[in-house]
Amino acid sequence: MAPQPPKYSTVSIPYTLHDRIEKMISKKTGFKSVSDYVTYVLREVVAMHESKEVPEPFTVKDVEEIKSRLKALGYL
Amino acid sequence: MAPAPHGGRLVQIAQIEASPEKTKELSENLKVVISNETRVAIFNISNGILSPLSGFMSFNDYENVLDSMRLSDDTPWTIPLLLHVPEDFKAGTGDEITLVNQADGSPTAVVSFEESFSISKREYAKKVFGTEDEAHPGVAKIYSMSSKVVSGSIRAVSKFPLNATFERFTLTPKETRILFQEKGWKDIIAFQTRNAPHIGHEYVQKTALAFADGIFINPVLGKKKQGDFKDEAILSAYQALVSNYYPKNSVVLSVLHYEMQYAGPREAIMHAIMRKNFGCTHIAIGRDHAGVGNYYGPYAAHEIFKEFPDLGITALFFREFFYCNKCMGIANEKICPHPESERLTFSGTKLRKMFLSGERPPKEFMRPEVSEVILKMKDAFVE
Repeated sequence: MAPQPPKYSTVSIPYTLHDRIEKMISKKTGFKSVSDYVTYVLREVVAMHESKEVPEPFTVKDVEEIKSRLKALGYL
Repeated sequence: MAPAPHGGRLVQIAQIEASPEKTKELSENLKVVISNETRVAIFNISNGILSPLSGFMSFNDYENVLDSMRLSDDTPWTIPLLLHVPEDFKAGTGDEITLVNQADGSPTAVVSFEESFSISKREYAKKVFGTEDEAHPGVAKIYSMSSKVVSGSIRAVSKFPLNATFERFTLTPKETRILFQEKGWKDIIAFQTRNAPHIGHEYVQKTALAFADGIFINPVLGKKKQGDFKDEAILSAYQALVSNYYPKNSVVLSVLHYEMQYAGPREAIMHAIMRKNFGCTHIAIGRDHAGVGNYYGPYAAHEIFKEFPDLGITALFFREFFYCNKCMGIANEKICPHPESERLTFSGTKLRKMFLSGERPPKEFMRPEVSEVILKMKDAFVE
């Protein structure tokens, strides 16, 4: 079994931002900590950027072949 | 444009080459006998429904999924996918394993061995199903399996056997993505179901469809519980509904070969991931989605989506619908002020009793054309 990599890393953010987040999440937002909130926001933003870089997973040849099958099955 | 496949790539695994040399090679490999459920999972991996997985999980992925509901690269994933092997199974680096179908001994797939490890079945049950109660079907199943598992990527698969009816309705993610593109659909709602459609289902589908370009109705076919509708009944009932009550070109009806795990909220996320891979932008999530008995809160499957801002498919949440005599239509508790005595709830148990006694459900409950199809079947329910 491969050794387990560490699960968490530390990222620096300005204290002022940290305090704003802390204040905001204290108002029943469901986030347990500033780290929780920052992780949530970053996941959302990173996923948005990543999804823009992914091309359609098929070629022009695939499209023609699959369109024929879809027509034969009555989907097109 | 359809959403990117989950994890950024749509997995495609080649078929096993049909040649005497290949057959000999496969017979010389280590062998593991697999269940039909594993066979179905292999089919789904091979055509990208379970992307980005291209095989059975490593220990790192397994542990991350249990503890954080994510793969080890942070991709959302909520239920482990494991290859259980006998406790005395031994393999080493570089070994290839031929997975053999339990029913007829034919080769189903070839896996490149990566590592083996043991799992705690109680930990699995507690984290995935939220209970260690053996009365839960998912818990009972994991308890019946070996605790030794093997990880590895799938190199090749054999053709998945489908009867002619189901083959016509089985589409791969590549096919649905091209189909949606050809139809010009951008906002596509996925609707997961394991039942014949009653009016409540239709209402949910049409409410969602009003805000989208098309709906992908994707009934689950596979092993079910006693008293559930049979696969043939579900498919025929949906064909009757779609052809009589939906605008042309607003629906794609295609089946998903999959065995329900009844993992409630965790399974709802997996249902969303599979439909994202098919190219859907949204998924309808109803009351007690993927639940069984009283193991999960009625809206637990709604709550869990809040933990995944990066899921890449948007959930549309629906509460329980009923027919209200006073409103003279479908309503839910948010929009109907009338007492329960005026409400006709869509109970599966009630519906089953009616059909078993040869009774036609009222039209407020189920479309006559749908009832007709079910009544004509000799045995519409799993015994």
